[in-house]
Amino acid sequence: MSEKKQLLKSIFISTFYLSAFTFGGGYVIITLMKKKFVDELKWIDENEMLNETAIAQSAPGPIAVNLSILLGYKLAGILGAAVSILGTILPPLIILSILSLFYTAFRDNIIVNAVLKGMQAGVAAIIADVVLQMGQDIRKEKNILSIFIMIGAFIATYLLNINVMYIILGCIFIGIMKVLLQKRRRTGNDIS
Amino acid sequence: MIYLELFFSFFQVGLFSIGGGYAALPLIQDQVVQNHGWLTIAEFTDLITISQMTPGPIAINSATFVGIRIAGLPGAITATLGCILPSCIIVSILAYIYFKYPDIPLMKEVLGILRPAIVALIASAGLEILIVSFWNENGFSLEISKLDFISVGVFILGIFLLRKFKMNPISVMAISGIIGGGLHLIM
Repeated sequence: MSEKKQLLKSIFISTFYLSAFTFGGGYVIITLMKKKFVDELKWIDENEMLNETAIAQSAPGPIAVNLSILLGYKLAGILGAAVSILGTILPPLIILSILSLFYTAFRDNIIVNAVLKGMQAGVAAIIADVVLQMGQDIRKEKNILSIFIMIGAFIATYLLNINVMYIILGCIFIGIMKVLLQKRRRTGNDIS
Repeated sequence: MIYLELFFSFFQVGLFSIGGGYAALPLIQDQVVQNHGWLTIAEFTDLITISQMTPGPIAINSATFVGIRIAGLPGAITATLGCILPSCIIVSILAYIYFKYPDIPLMKEVLGILRPAIVALIASAGLEILIVSFWNENGFSLEISKLDFISVGVFILGIFLLRKFKMNPISVMAISGIIGGGLHLIM
């Protein structure tokens, strides 16, 4: 029992701490969570992390909230999910509540803006580090289709500005086609 | 009943914002500016600016900001709960299916295709942040004079700390904020 409590406590602290530093949108928290839960705590492996991110991205709602539900659920069931949601939403709730009182002063403050500008470069470094490592791991699988999907998805989202939802749907379609083709090939082999 | 209105407005934002990030913006604007007049368009623009300067998903930031201005702290909490409730329901169902039946071939294959795509999406988001960081709002340019050297320096320092010293990302962010912020103020 106390072990479970300890786990819940550590899920809450991790998600709270990461959420408080998620400057720059949903994809930043993915890289932070990957560093924390995969590399540091080793609670899940990289493929599991990417699977959960794919599911989080396919469902409606903020990706940070969705991903924390999946991670919490995986680590400690429904209670784990509840705790990690709470950890994820409390920092923005607290920060925005306080800031709403004097947001114009905050927005126009030179020091705040300079620090944020500095942090932006740091965030870019963190994402670059994680992407290089994950891209390397995909390349090591030596699976032509995976590499093709990775390059194709990058072109689609970055150069062509195609909505993420269509990219996800396209991947789901390719996955279904692949399963159908494998099935057909198998039955074909059985006959011959 | 203002709490119910806040709850259901942000429930809709949470339910219909698929694709993450800025996909939610027009939905929030519809609810908050057009449908209810809770914020003026100028205040809404401020809200977006503040959201970019603070941690957390833009939908949650908006829910808190609007909620607290309309109905105080209980309003902020109600709006935020409304915003995350669709996620809680839908993702819990998906999580249940995913963890209960991890070996269905269809799910395995689809996730296998999605994994490299997710890496590409993260790469794209990272590259956008990198370009804004290096060239500010002007976008990518070959002219050396347009390059923000402080940001380039902080970026290289960050990569070095992460790769060589395996420093944790939050410390890297804090260091970039202090060093980069300090240099930006001085120069």
